[in-house]
Amino acid sequence: MIPARFDYEVAGSVEHALELLGGREDAKLLAGGHSLLPAMKLRLARPSLLVDVGRLDELRYVRDGGDHVAIGALTRHKDVCDASLLRERCGIVAHAAGQVGDPQVRHRGTIGGSLAHGDPASDLPAVVLALDAQLVVRGPGGERTVPAAQFFTGVFQTALGPGEMLVEIRVPKLGENTGWAYEKLSRRAQDWATVAVAAVVERSNGGIARASLGLTNMGPTPLRAPAAESALAGGASLEEAAALAPEGTEPPSDLAASAEFRRHLTQVLARRALERATAR
Amino acid sequence: MRHVALTVNGVRHELDLEPPELLVSVLRERLGLTGTNVGCDTSSCGACTVLVNGESVKSCTMLGVQADGLEITTIEGLARDGELHPVQQAFHDHHALQCGYCTPGMVLAAVSLISSGEATDEDAIRLGLEGNLCRCTGYHNIVKAVAAAAGVS
Amino acid sequence: MAAVGTPVKRKEDLALLQGRGTYVDNLTLPGTVYLAVVRSPYPHARIRSVNLEAARAAEGVVAAFSGADLAGDWASPLPCAWPVTEDIKMPPHFPLAVDEARYQGDGVAVVVAESRALAKDAAELVEVDYEPLPAVADVEQALADGAPLVHADLGTNECYVWKLESGEVEAALAAADVVVTRRYRQPRLIPNAIEPRAVLAQAGPAGDVTVWSATQVPHILRFALQLVLGIPEAKIRVIAPDVGGGFGSKLDVYAEEALAVALARRLGRPVKWTEERSENYVATIHGRDVVHELTFAATRDGKITAVKSVATCAMGAYLQLVTPGIPLLGAWIYSGPYAIPSYSVTFTGVFTNTTPTDAYRGAGRPEATYVLERTMDALARELGMDPVELRRKNLIGEFPYTMASGLTIDSGDYHASLDRLLELLDLDALRAEQAERRARGDAKQLGVGFSTYNEMCGLAPSRILGAIRYAVGGWDAATIRFQPLGSVQVVIGTSPHGQGHETTFAQIVADRLGVDVDDVEILHGDTAVSQLGMDTYGSRSLAVGGVALWHASEKVIAKARRIVAHQLEVSEDDLEFANGTFSVKGSPDRSMGIKEVAFAAHAAHNLPDGMEPGLEETAVYDPANFSWPAGAHAAVVEVDTETGDTRLVRYVAVDDVGAPINPMVIDGQVHGGVTQGIAAALFEEAVYDEGANLQTTTMATYLVPSAAELPSYETDRIETRADNPLGVKGVGETGTIAAAPAVINAVVDALSHLGVTDIQLPATPERVWRAIQEARR
Repeated sequence: MIPARFDYEVAGSVEHALELLGGREDAKLLAGGHSLLPAMKLRLARPSLLVDVGRLDELRYVRDGGDHVAIGALTRHKDVCDASLLRERCGIVAHAAGQVGDPQVRHRGTIGGSLAHGDPASDLPAVVLALDAQLVVRGPGGERTVPAAQFFTGVFQTALGPGEMLVEIRVPKLGENTGWAYEKLSRRAQDWATVAVAAVVERSNGGIARASLGLTNMGPTPLRAPAAESALAGGASLEEAAALAPEGTEPPSDLAASAEFRRHLTQVLARRALERATAR
Repeated sequence: MRHVALTVNGVRHELDLEPPELLVSVLRERLGLTGTNVGCDTSSCGACTVLVNGESVKSCTMLGVQADGLEITTIEGLARDGELHPVQQAFHDHHALQCGYCTPGMVLAAVSLISSGEATDEDAIRLGLEGNLCRCTGYHNIVKAVAAAAGVS
Repeated sequence: MAAVGTPVKRKEDLALLQGRGTYVDNLTLPGTVYLAVVRSPYPHARIRSVNLEAARAAEGVVAAFSGADLAGDWASPLPCAWPVTEDIKMPPHFPLAVDEARYQGDGVAVVVAESRALAKDAAELVEVDYEPLPAVADVEQALADGAPLVHADLGTNECYVWKLESGEVEAALAAADVVVTRRYRQPRLIPNAIEPRAVLAQAGPAGDVTVWSATQVPHILRFALQLVLGIPEAKIRVIAPDVGGGFGSKLDVYAEEALAVALARRLGRPVKWTEERSENYVATIHGRDVVHELTFAATRDGKITAVKSVATCAMGAYLQLVTPGIPLLGAWIYSGPYAIPSYSVTFTGVFTNTTPTDAYRGAGRPEATYVLERTMDALARELGMDPVELRRKNLIGEFPYTMASGLTIDSGDYHASLDRLLELLDLDALRAEQAERRARGDAKQLGVGFSTYNEMCGLAPSRILGAIRYAVGGWDAATIRFQPLGSVQVVIGTSPHGQGHETTFAQIVADRLGVDVDDVEILHGDTAVSQLGMDTYGSRSLAVGGVALWHASEKVIAKARRIVAHQLEVSEDDLEFANGTFSVKGSPDRSMGIKEVAFAAHAAHNLPDGMEPGLEETAVYDPANFSWPAGAHAAVVEVDTETGDTRLVRYVAVDDVGAPINPMVIDGQVHGGVTQGIAAALFEEAVYDEGANLQTTTMATYLVPSAAELPSYETDRIETRADNPLGVKGVGETGTIAAAPAVINAVVDALSHLGVTDIQLPATPERVWRAIQEARR
């Protein structure tokens, strides 16, 4: 219930945050704190320094980036969920942000904090992966952009180097012919997904031009479902393609579900997500 | 130690806090506002819910130092001039509490839900209270009370 | 207007709604120090050494002790009050382990510091050298040859075997047209009162001790603290202030309560301990964890002729206050609401390397009712009979009724509750929709499940408790005290923690004495105020304590009548008492209000010769029988056959809890009780791995459901008066007893067309999916 002792600094700017972060090897950034503080309270995480970036209003925005929507890393789930620009142009992100935790979590937790935490069971990673989002990272060496496909590297591990910070998430504006869905099974509403599937489907001439699927909690990182995606591109039925969704995955077995059941759920939820996405 | 100033129930407090002190500990132990309860250590139960700048937040998942400059409302600050807040009154009218331990958090979660405009029907109220656990009431009367306070059936 | 029978809003609410509750953790005394308990991370380990040096040297630490350091503080082990058989094995259970830790969470050392945070930090510095030993968590594995022994010196993990038999069970089985045997595993449940436990202890200079504890049982705790610490009860004051739920988990005497007192005496400072939730999951008792085999003998036309239950019941690593007796609380109702002539129940209590089990809402009766009601459905399927018809055919029809198990049910109308349930349910429409969904092959299938139950509660007639080897009595006490100016103080021996006694008990007194509910203050939960009492558990407070209150009112009225007769110079027989006024029969203008009488009793200017001044009476009531609520419940579920996800869509409960005192409070008890049964059916399960390590260690993995997972409920009542002056029956546990089998019967019903006949608890998506897969094979 009480975290072990640590030092605490408030960052006044991104540069300041990076400077503080670089000053101590086991320093951690604190955004909304809704992934980090629970772990610290159970003393499963013991950083010696927290750099509070929660006051960096400069990273709290949802804005039009031309071909994409740019989301500041410190935008709260609640604000992502409510952002009309996202609802209109990339609704799956707003929808999935509304699935994270519970209202209290969404009032504090941020999209950047959630993605940087690298939890394969949380909702947003699979969604940005399915969207081929671009993640903007700033570090001592300047700014770089990491495709979502390269961002998640392991359980609670990302491509963020020591001293780096996620500053912006760029998600594509989806066209008129693109439908989406996020199908999630969780034991309780507030729980992490047992399995969830994000689907983004571009239709053309009554068929499917391009589809991407993102899988939540089916391995150490959020995953795509390449076999299913190419089957769809090759004209397979939704059901046939969905059956291929778990191919190549090595899902965990835990209290919520066995690996075998997760593979099964992925097939069901992929089919439902595809059906809903093609109908939307 | 870090010097912070926070406003709790309209009263400004300047405090020197250790970084690990959770907001709920600051409220309970530093300010003597013991109405905010602690029911778990994993941000699951919502008993510690308070309003931060008007929105529900689990005060066990926020450091006291993070509250610097913010406005906090606890259960003690909800009634005005001896009149219960409409959500408190609805809880009383509908027998929405038994042991009362989850009640402060449940009431504040409901206040936030109603003020956000999301308490539109029974399903929305149930979903909107997903972050607050009660072991006594089975939620039936809580949902009725929140619906009554929100003016929906 | 009569208060009884009306939904008087609760007096408790105003404080609780405004954050003015007095829960133990809200209380701090000057100079308070904080206790942290160092707990074994191993399910079973020899303690080679405990090194406290670093902890003692840490900032803010006042003291640190190992189990060995404190061994001399205990006059006797923590008590187990229910040695159910003569040859039961009762290993000593001290507040801290000395040589061996026997479950994950067993306390091995304590640290006391100036703040909670400092105590926690220092507790991490205690170095314990453990030698891990083999451990066992599963009750059946624990009984197998060569199983690791929880207590090596006992030579076995078997704690006791207890039997109850009557009638000709074996003959009935041999003669039966149909014999159905089913096996059930009821998982471990964690009670999860939202307030974790807490205790604050203060030792006075004269050897007196005051203990504030989040307990359901202040009187029992006072009694036990004398046993454990050797302090005379007369010097111990136990206060249970506002208590945030209990559900049985605070019906116990815990190591931390004894430790806080022992340390407060040693250190001369108040000592406080507040449990963390993840600590609660190992340090506070669990419930259930029973494997049953239940057998019915029946005729082809559906008459059940015998029931036989064989159960293996987890005790955990030690016996807590009533651990061995929990199965016995269900022992007499394995025939439930049915007339079954032959009866056999066997319990084997088993030690495992787990947190001790003890009372959790329903305690023994949900276990019995679950296996009974599931097997009713199994028998109905076997006979090709409608499950409602099978129940109807076997329901007890006439009351009083003496069951094969030997106890007599005073009252009931079991058919009436089932009839009312069916009216509310509209079963035909549900069956029609079910048929349509089946015909369409919908992914989401509908199921309806029933549970007709009765319950033995209102614990309990003291003589019966004595006969079944429970250590103390089951009476309760109440004192009614008129203040000179007519307000009424009532002291009760029950100790509410959410049940609303301050309101409902005031309603009873207000009506009996003809005063306003607001004139009646109920005092409870402080042994200095309430000297006599047996506390709150087992749906006893109203059925025992409430009836004591009725008797105390009669005594007050009798004394008042003597005073009035004396002052008005009439015979007592000439007085009638109604609405708070004594009046002379035939001369209604000659009268005296009870408040006037109260003043006259205190002024004592003109009392009958020899009468003591004051208007205060105490009654102690020992019930002659248990309380027998009953009812009929139904659950309607929607099961996603593709994902196994089950959603409860309707829950209808019709209960007979006797004469209602406050229908609003009764409904609240039913809602809460039903929810805990539903939670056991669909969500909750404490999981230990093979090595006896708890896997569900936090509220994030042990799934207490929220509002979002549940529907609103439909409740109704029928009313048959119990054989007591108030006509009341217990209500606190009915829902929990009835709900789990109704829900699982509904899940099985939803999938029966696919060939599914059983789903074990809880019906998780994966269990449901696997059951469908297996049935398809």
